[in-house]
Amino acid sequence: MKGNEALAEAAIQAGCDAYFGYPITPQSEVLEYLAKEMPKHGRVVLQAESEVASINMVYGAAGAGFRTMTSSSSPGISLMAEGLSYLAGAELPCLIVNVNRAGPGLASIQPGQGDYFQATKGGGHGDYRMIVLAPASVQEMADFVFLGFDLADQYRNPVMILSDGAVGQMMEKVTWCRRTINKIDKPWATTGKAGSRERNIITSLFIKPEDMEKHNLKLIAKYNEIRKNEVRYEEINIEDAEYLFVAYGLSSRICLKAMDIARSKGLKVGLFRPITLFPFPYTRLMEVAPQLKLMLTVELNSGQMVEDVELGVKGKVPVAFYGKMGGIMPTPDEVFQSLEKAIENLKH
Amino acid sequence: MSDKISPDTAVQLQGKTCVNDEYEMVYHKPAEMVDVAMHYCPGCAHSLVHKLIMEVVHELGIQEKTIGIAPVGCSVFIYDYMDIDMQEAAHGRAAAVATGVKRLMPGKYVFTYQGDGDLAAIGIGETIHAINRGENILIVFMNNAVYGMTSGQMAPTTLPGMHTTTSPYGRDTAMYGEPIKVSELIAQLPGAYYVTRQTISSANAVRRCKKALLNGFKYLDHHKGTCFVEVIGNCPSNWKMTPLETMKFIDEEMVKAFPLGDIKLPK
Repeated sequence: MKGNEALAEAAIQAGCDAYFGYPITPQSEVLEYLAKEMPKHGRVVLQAESEVASINMVYGAAGAGFRTMTSSSSPGISLMAEGLSYLAGAELPCLIVNVNRAGPGLASIQPGQGDYFQATKGGGHGDYRMIVLAPASVQEMADFVFLGFDLADQYRNPVMILSDGAVGQMMEKVTWCRRTINKIDKPWATTGKAGSRERNIITSLFIKPEDMEKHNLKLIAKYNEIRKNEVRYEEINIEDAEYLFVAYGLSSRICLKAMDIARSKGLKVGLFRPITLFPFPYTRLMEVAPQLKLMLTVELNSGQMVEDVELGVKGKVPVAFYGKMGGIMPTPDEVFQSLEKAIENLKH
Repeated sequence: MSDKISPDTAVQLQGKTCVNDEYEMVYHKPAEMVDVAMHYCPGCAHSLVHKLIMEVVHELGIQEKTIGIAPVGCSVFIYDYMDIDMQEAAHGRAAAVATGVKRLMPGKYVFTYQGDGDLAAIGIGETIHAINRGENILIVFMNNAVYGMTSGQMAPTTLPGMHTTTSPYGRDTAMYGEPIKVSELIAQLPGAYYVTRQTISSANAVRRCKKALLNGFKYLDHHKGTCFVEVIGNCPSNWKMTPLETMKFIDEEMVKAFPLGDIKLPK
């Protein structure tokens, strides 16, 4: 299956009640797939007039307590940024998918990872965080939909799957296993004020500074809980590694090949792949730092996650960066050569 | 006896609807309103229209089935006053939020309450498309020709020549065009089922306004499209008039640009 289609099929299997979206390359297959399949399952699917509208439809449906998602690509996510902030502020669980293309501006429809900052550091206004999952395969495009919905419900928080144009478009095998859908009660949802219960209000407005700060502190406590419980990463060949690639999503796939090349030439290279970009695995990177001579962060941008890697290792190990932009994917050889160059630079 | 007695307390104290031996309570706000002081300026139409909506909700007995969507603007705190489930939307996005709610819960009565800045400026896209899809929602459009919350800037519905903080020399139509007539505009859409423009400038007008709001909710049962009730409101603070003067201004000036009456009736 295509990555985008696997994601869409997973949405159906994960019990997604409603999808609202707007066409944009390279993720239009999600809307197309769900437009065809959701009605068969009695679910809601709607093509909105804009990304602004679709994210606010998500807000309404999520506020009413339903499993809800949208997907888009970089420029569309920028349009949704307002809504992301409101969703986080009002603590509404939902799933947002960004099939990242190159940027900035209208830019290119080719794959990119330039939205790392937008996804992990905000994008919208105010102090908020989304849980950000970074799939590196079509299988993970599917798996993270289940995980994403569950985490969203558990923490009452928007979750983003930050993919890219290559993972969205490429075709790989997907294994579907029987899963139980973990839908939880949402007593806070606006389902109609029945009987004696208090009215439910979905809002992110706190006009009194004391109330606003209280809400901020509540959100931060939740984000800290997420930091404590939900850090996810993958490590390959890390035991004896002296050099470490740090990469997520598509670039980690390229690094995997580059690692093989390096190992075949006798270099002890490992790969560290953050799966959650928020919460970022700072602590684990610090733990592995002492055994390393160098970390090389590889991204399809001008260097964004590398700042978090540096924050994680706090100077314990040199951190180098290699990136390609414009939707150009480096070959494993190029990545290997960039590692050789970075090692060479260490000597100076 | 307290002069701020609530209907509920009155019932509790007396066992019947009267406040003391001399005065019988014959008119009070519906029990579906939260009994708190409102933040609105004296003489503002918002409080009145809130009450009319809740009277309708009371009379139809649909409190449990009604979900309201709040705007950004003066009426952003509408959920403080209505004892129903509500969602606060981003500025202008109420029709999209309402779409999300209603599509998932087709059996509920979903309404938005929006001002002219919210609906006619930043939210005109969401409004037009929601109505074009025939979303089965009620949109209550409070038009007082000015941005009230941000203290009196020009709105898309500001009258020609009208002075606001951002049109200090009067609205120049050569620069900003004529006030947008949203009701006439959206009435052309097949998805618009019921479109009417009312005001609150007299007791009779208030009664007609309430009837329109009642229709707006009732017609949702037909599942034939969007109901749209525009209310020409006032803004004493930003119009810099007494409440009485604002009523005169509505009757003499506002209705020239925004003629009252039904614009589209169910067939």
